[in-house]
Amino acid sequence: MTDTLGLIFILIGVLFDLFGCIGLVRLPDIYNRLQAATKCVTLGTCMILFGLFVITGISSAGILSLLCALFVLFTSPVGAHALARAAHRYGIKLWDGSVTDKYADIDRPEH
Amino acid sequence: MTSLVVSSWPGAVMLVLLFSGFLCLYRIGKGPTAPDRTVAIDILGTLMVGFCAVLTWVTGRAFYMNIGITWALLSFIGTIALAKYLEGRDFDD
Repeated sequence: MTDTLGLIFILIGVLFDLFGCIGLVRLPDIYNRLQAATKCVTLGTCMILFGLFVITGISSAGILSLLCALFVLFTSPVGAHALARAAHRYGIKLWDGSVTDKYADIDRPEH
Repeated sequence: MTSLVVSSWPGAVMLVLLFSGFLCLYRIGKGPTAPDRTVAIDILGTLMVGFCAVLTWVTGRAFYMNIGITWALLSFIGTIALAKYLEGRDFDD
């Protein structure tokens, strides 16, 4: 029973990983790629690790995978935000189809 | 090896993760600017943590998860360092 449940979690996680990487290749500019890739891959890897915890239960590998899932869940949005701000200050232009850039007003109010 | 890849769930999961990793490598090679490559490197590190989890699932040995936790830590620190470097600031700013 727990094997089947964990397998379902792992398969959902792998599909999220795949979709995130397809978005990393297909989307037009860095901000779109960043949001697709980071959201999908964070949820996907956390799903894989949680599925491993469901399969192995309270054991050495299970506790380690739960810790790793919590760590990925906390640190990946922080890294994504730092990268988005770094790309904006690095001077990357938004895609032509983007409708608004509110961060420019906050970041450089003199312009 | 062929039977592992074709007829079992862990083999299929590993193949999909490897394919995703190759998509990330494509973006690292092609990506027009430096932040694109940094995003792809970050995502590749997170994918490898998932790959370590699948290796733990297949072999039943817990030390692969130690490798995964260490990889997640180093990937996070590397991402923050690259972001600070691209931003043009020091680490204590």
